[in-house]
Amino acid sequence: MKYKQTPVSSGTQAAEHLRFIREVMERTASFTAVPGWSMFVVGLTALPVAFLAARQPTTDGFLAVWCVELALALGIGVVGLRRKAHRSGFSLRSGPGRKYILNMTPALVAGIVLTAALWQQGDPGLLASVWLLLYGAATITGGISSVGLIPVLGVLFMALGVLAVLLPLDHWVLAAGFGGLHIGFGLVIARRYGG
Amino acid sequence: MEDKAIQTMSRAIQVLRVRPDPLIHGRIRLGIVSALAAGEQLSFGDLKTLLATTDGNLSMHARKLETAGYIECLKSFVNRMPKTEYRLTRKGRLALVQYLGQMEQMLALARQVN
Repeated sequence: MKYKQTPVSSGTQAAEHLRFIREVMERTASFTAVPGWSMFVVGLTALPVAFLAARQPTTDGFLAVWCVELALALGIGVVGLRRKAHRSGFSLRSGPGRKYILNMTPALVAGIVLTAALWQQGDPGLLASVWLLLYGAATITGGISSVGLIPVLGVLFMALGVLAVLLPLDHWVLAAGFGGLHIGFGLVIARRYGG
Repeated sequence: MEDKAIQTMSRAIQVLRVRPDPLIHGRIRLGIVSALAAGEQLSFGDLKTLLATTDGNLSMHARKLETAGYIECLKSFVNRMPKTEYRLTRKGRLALVQYLGQMEQMLALARQVN
C-alpha cells in the first residue's frame, strides 16, 4: 500500500491518503467477511439433516435431504455475507464478500459435478468424503485472505473427508463436519470478528 | 472571473489552515484506525498482518492511539496465552470521519482549481 506521510498540501496527496484508507478498510473487511452467525445457523440446520439423511432407506432419499440442506445453507450464507458486507459499507458484488464467494466457487462446482457423477454411476459410497474434502478445499481457498481460523476450518473438513474414505462413518462425519465444525467455528468467528 | 479566482484562493487558504489530526496522520496509526473502523475488533496479530508492520512499531503506535482515547485495548487469556485485541472508540471514529472530510475537501478544492 503506497502512502506518503507528509503535510497534505495537494489534491494528489489527499487522494493518496483516501486511497490508503479505502485499501486498508477493504483488506480488513475481506479479512473478516466470513459470516460467523450464518455459519453457526447452518451448523444447527445440518445436525437434524444428518439425522434425517441417516434414516433414508435409499441413496436418492439421502441425496435429496442433503440437497435441501445445500440450498438452505447457500441461502443462509448469502444473507449472512450480504449483511456483514453491508455493515462494513461494501457491496457484495464488488467488495471483499465477492472475493470470498469467487474463491470458494471452483471447489464447490467440482463437488456438485462429482456428486452428480457418483449418483449416476450408483456409487454413493464416496459422497461423504467428496463433500467434506471439496468443501474443505473451498473453505481454504475462500478464506485464504481471511482470518487464520478459516483455513484451519478447511483443513479440519478435509481431515474428516479423509476419515470418511477410511472408515464407514459417513453419517457421523457429515454431522461432525457440517454440524459440529460450523457451530463451533461460527460462534468463535461471530464473537471475535463482528458477527 | 477575478472574483471567482479570489474566492477559490481564499478557500484554498482555509483548507490549508485545517491541519489533519497529527495523531492519525501517520501511515500505521491511520491504518490502525481505518482497519478498526471496518473490522470492529481485531487482534494484535490481525493488525500486524494487515498493516505489514513489526511488533514494536505496531505496539508503539497503538499505545499512542490508546492514550489519546481513539482505540481501546482489550486484554484476555486464551488457553493461558495472553491475547490483545483492539476496538475503535467513539472518539476515534469521529477523528477518522473528520480526517476523511478534510481529505475530501482538499480533493474537491484541487479539482476546482484544476
